Amino acid sequence: MKLPITAYASITHRVSGVFLFVGVGLLIWMLDASLSSPESFASLTNTLTSVPVKLLLWAVLAGAAYHSVAGIKHLIMDFGIGESLEGGVMGARIVIASAVVLTLLAGAWIW
Amino acid sequence: MVTAVTSFGRSGLSDWLVQRVSAVILLAYFITLGVSIGDGVTYAEWKALFEQTWMRVFSVMAVLSLAAHAWIGIWAVLTDYLTERMMGAKGNVLRFVCQILSSLAIFVYVIWTIQILWS
Repeated sequence: MKLPITAYASITHRVSGVFLFVGVGLLIWMLDASLSSPESFASLTNTLTSVPVKLLLWAVLAGAAYHSVAGIKHLIMDFGIGESLEGGVMGARIVIASAVVLTLLAGAWIW
Repeated sequence: MVTAVTSFGRSGLSDWLVQRVSAVILLAYFITLGVSIGDGVTYAEWKALFEQTWMRVFSVMAVLSLAAHAWIGIWAVLTDYLTERMMGAKGNVLRFVCQILSSLAIFVYVIWTIQILWS
């Protein structure tokens, strides 16, 4: 099925939102481990050196990056900016490009 | 309207506004966390940050924003796809079950976070 880029940008916003709803459980678990005791903090730091855990965290950060950028686009459009067909396409392109850049930066941060 | 009783604010305009305000709070909170972690943080620094009143208040604001934001977002998704129109009568049952499970998860997130902050 061939859909316009705006449709992909929109469905990804939804998918990333649902994914983050689950992913935030991981973040709260990390917050718990990081604050409980010096031992649990050390054990968390150790867990975060494993590649699968890094990949999982990267996925959550990628979801957060996309969802944030797409959300900011919504806020900008609420002010009446870019509410045309061309504006929508341009907005979707900017969102996808910025999310890719932020995801790469998040990867660099984790590794 | 069956779906309207499960929406967050029982009003689309109210949900629209709450979704945006909670989004801005969450974004500010996650940027603050990112900046605080920076290149790495020690347990002492991290623990000290979360012992400050402003950080605890900000964290509670963030988890309550998450609760509202997730409720509104999940509701929007569920009422679009798990509906009678899309899948017949079982759509209503499935949507209701998913709604209950989501609210339970939201409740757990809020209580868990508050317990982390004050333990």
